[in-house]
Amino acid sequence: MSAHTHHDDNDFLFKYIFSTDHKMIAKQFLLTGTFMGFIGMMMSLFFRIQLGWPGEASPILEAVLGSWAPDGVLAPDKYLALVTIHGTIMVFFLLTAGLSGTFSNLLIPLQIGARDMASGFMNMLSYWLFFLSSILMLASLFVEGGPAAGGWTIYPPLSALPEAMPGSGLGMTLWIASMAIFIMSSLLGSLNYIVTILNLRTKGMSMTRMPLTIWAFFVTAILGVLSFPVLFAAVLLLLFDRSFGTSFYLSDIFIAGKALEVEGGSPILYEHLFWFLGHPEVYIILLPALGITSEVVATNARKPIFGYRAMIGSILAIGFISVLVWGHHMFVTGMSPFLGAVFTFTTLLVAIPSAVKVFNYLTTLWKGNIKFTPAMLFAIGLVSTFITGGLTGIILGDSALDINVHDTYFVVGHFHIVMGLSGTFGMICGIYHWFPKMFGRMLDKRLGFVHFWLTITSAYGVFFPMHFLGLAGVPRRYYTNSSFPLFDNLIDINVTISIFAMIGGIAQFIFLYNLLYSIFKGPKSPKNPWLSNTLEWTTPVEHIHGNWPGAIPEVHRWPYDYSKPGAELDYIPQDVPMGPDEKDEGH
Amino acid sequence: MLDLLIIVSVVLGIIALAQLIKVLELAGQARGENSWDVTDRDNKTQARLMPVFLVVYFASIIYQMVAWGKYLLPVSASAHGETIDNLMMTSWIVIFPVFILTHILLFYFAWKYSYDKNRKAEFFPHSNKLELLWTIVPTVVLSILILYGLNTWNNITTPVSQEEDPVLIELYAYQFGWIARYAGDDREFGYANVRNIEGVNALGMDSTDSKGWDDKIVRAEFHLPVNRPVQFIFRAQDVIHSAYMPHFRAQMNCVPGMTTRFGYTPTITTSEMKGITQNDEFNYILLCNKICGAAHYNMQMDIIVESAEDFEAWLGEQKEFLPIDGSPKALEVESIEVQEEATDGSASTTASIN
Ligand code: HEM
Ligand SMILES: [Cu+2]
Ligand SMILES: [Cu+2]
Repeated sequence: MSAHTHHDDNDFLFKYIFSTDHKMIAKQFLLTGTFMGFIGMMMSLFFRIQLGWPGEASPILEAVLGSWAPDGVLAPDKYLALVTIHGTIMVFFLLTAGLSGTFSNLLIPLQIGARDMASGFMNMLSYWLFFLSSILMLASLFVEGGPAAGGWTIYPPLSALPEAMPGSGLGMTLWIASMAIFIMSSLLGSLNYIVTILNLRTKGMSMTRMPLTIWAFFVTAILGVLSFPVLFAAVLLLLFDRSFGTSFYLSDIFIAGKALEVEGGSPILYEHLFWFLGHPEVYIILLPALGITSEVVATNARKPIFGYRAMIGSILAIGFISVLVWGHHMFVTGMSPFLGAVFTFTTLLVAIPSAVKVFNYLTTLWKGNIKFTPAMLFAIGLVSTFITGGLTGIILGDSALDINVHDTYFVVGHFHIVMGLSGTFGMICGIYHWFPKMFGRMLDKRLGFVHFWLTITSAYGVFFPMHFLGLAGVPRRYYTNSSFPLFDNLIDINVTISIFAMIGGIAQFIFLYNLLYSIFKGPKSPKNPWLSNTLEWTTPVEHIHGNWPGAIPEVHRWPYDYSKPGAELDYIPQDVPMGPDEKDEGH
Repeated sequence: MLDLLIIVSVVLGIIALAQLIKVLELAGQARGENSWDVTDRDNKTQARLMPVFLVVYFASIIYQMVAWGKYLLPVSASAHGETIDNLMMTSWIVIFPVFILTHILLFYFAWKYSYDKNRKAEFFPHSNKLELLWTIVPTVVLSILILYGLNTWNNITTPVSQEEDPVLIELYAYQFGWIARYAGDDREFGYANVRNIEGVNALGMDSTDSKGWDDKIVRAEFHLPVNRPVQFIFRAQDVIHSAYMPHFRAQMNCVPGMTTRFGYTPTITTSEMKGITQNDEFNYILLCNKICGAAHYNMQMDIIVESAEDFEAWLGEQKEFLPIDGSPKALEVESIEVQEEATDGSASTTASIN
């Protein structure tokens, strides 16, 4: 499709606001996602104050949170509200929309050699629906009773009955509305990504010559299209139960002094529907992060990614298995033990393609020639978090072991490391790497180095100790551990975690400063600052509609010809024709 | 005070950092570098930090194990729990070496192969042998773990048979507390439904069902005999709760509209466990492990494991739900009033925030 649309490029409104250009939309996703991410992060710092110093008056909390923290002590239901919105924002707004929205949009057309997305209009719509859903989610913070507070999983009946807790009133309705719009945004985006990848590849760009980023975005989009509609159905039925007196999820309930007229529903049904999205969602976050880092590792190790086809195979395998494992979140719901056994089996299978990926990363580094750009540092950080968090998954996926660690801080430690850290590291890695492509300027490397080392140290300082809390039997979503004498001596651990959380939080402001400063004042970027092979670096630094001023380059080779024997330079871009005696690595 | 400390350290940290960066920038400019291109010096510094980080990371893990290892749950107090702990230990034995090895490789390679413009990276796009190796080895190891895990799981989830003479207990969860019901001599629970809930009848028991007349209802704590199987039934009144008894490696959700079950055999009495943990205050606990509202963090019940005789004696003292003539016992009201006061602590926190 020709991206030269009818309106004038100087028109501010259409250039910056209602743009249909994928590069501008990518930036819009990035800025909105980052903004939401900082809000989510600040929330975690607020509730970490309560967990580290339970019940102590904190003027900061009182000043910022007002009536949520009377006399400077966070109220129990508002603690849960903060945890819930923190989780929701981090999972969906930062690491789904912020991550996929930014990089799928930016990179798909640029790396496959297309002038824009298949439908620029749908793409624009996708962003504005995301924007609207962000507004609704933030608005829910200000309504009577506060925002949704039943956890990011919003299990009914807690989420279905306004009398169950303050957050289950208007705040929950807004949560559902916001997520419904979010899902539409995600679907529009994903369909567009799939169609674009399948149809708009430039000449020579066969599927097995696509960069691993594109493979990851492709499988991610398919996962999104398959699983988000199920969440849509789940929350729709929940809305019916809340507002129209149905009882899909409700049965035999006595609350607030009276028995309700509900019969025959099952909360377990909701859990199945939720996790049918909820688990693939983890990979919707993880796969793009892995795709991004594969690209960055190969570029900066100046070496082909090891086992390109095995990497594609494991992306596909992970994608496929990930829709068959949702029941591992439900081992102790009373679900049939046979089902539990099946889900244990499928869950542990995921470890195989994951292990292949890790070893392939390691082998790519082996005998490489590594340049430590900030992006590369975060990529290495991701490999570390992916290993650390993935290994504890082997414990949680085992139904017999999950009995005792389910819903404890062990889980919180596990998923933050494997999903939260790997996802954010992947996203940050992508920002450092493609910032020049997005803004035409360079980020400051020194701030990047400081940012990385502070982040990885504090991240492990926050999340590693959580495993100990979990193995000591501390449940998650607890306002304080101080009501059980059994947990009294765990306060040291909680203080440690909270202090590291604050250091980590400050480190992100260094990053924010670097971003904002460099967008306006950073040094101008050269065309191909990292000496990379992929097509996006053949486009001009200044963004133009249609990406390439002339014809779209033709692709002659796979993207990983780094340090190829016989070549003069240590990289050969994809649009360079094959030499006469060259061996073609991807077809 | 705390806030002041935070603010002061934040401000100092930022100032220190700003100074550091200024110095680095000036030094870089003096050498004629720009602010983004990674120089040989940068590569050297970052490469050196890799093994340093590895050592710090491992050291911090060792520190955590030494300093906090003693806070972990003590030995399992139930029979199946021991099999869980063994499986857990086996999993750690598999996981830990992989963790250590891959981390050493990762940070060693990063350090060893840092950029040198006189060297070219090895062009090594793939190797079927290697890839096969690390597909097959994890497959084999995981197969063993899966089989071992599923075997353990099957043993745990096989219901206790009636021949084993299990104690039958219903744990009933509500916002925000627990009630335990013993089935009584007829080994059956009386019918109960939320629509019968009224006054002191928090379980919604049907007073016309004679099976329920000998049921015994207790709050605040419940007792278990050592070395005899216990079959639990779980119900919930309002929202999902989860009955979590960490010392027994036991957990099951309590779901409104359905009953769930779990069984185990306690093997260590409370007083023995006091000795094992060297803590005279030690008590087994039941806590709620599924978010259920504002006071979710404070839904507790104590569990006392004791000898069969002590258990029978204690159970003998508990009042039956209804006498044979079918009218509620006055005594029941009294004991519940005491409990209401005990749970009031948590109830008042909820009340104040609503
Ligand atoms: C500044 C860094 C972060 C800190 C200090 C932090 C801390 C926490 C803590 C303490 C909890 C509450 C545990 C509980 O009571 O159950 C939590 C919940 C959660 N966090 Fe984070 N977190 C951070 C970043 C992230 C990121 C990057 C993600 C992205 C995936 C994330 C996703 C979640 C989710 C999904 C929950 C569960 C919410 C729920 O229980 O409903 N967090 N976080
Ligand atoms: Cu999952
Ligand atoms: Cu509860």
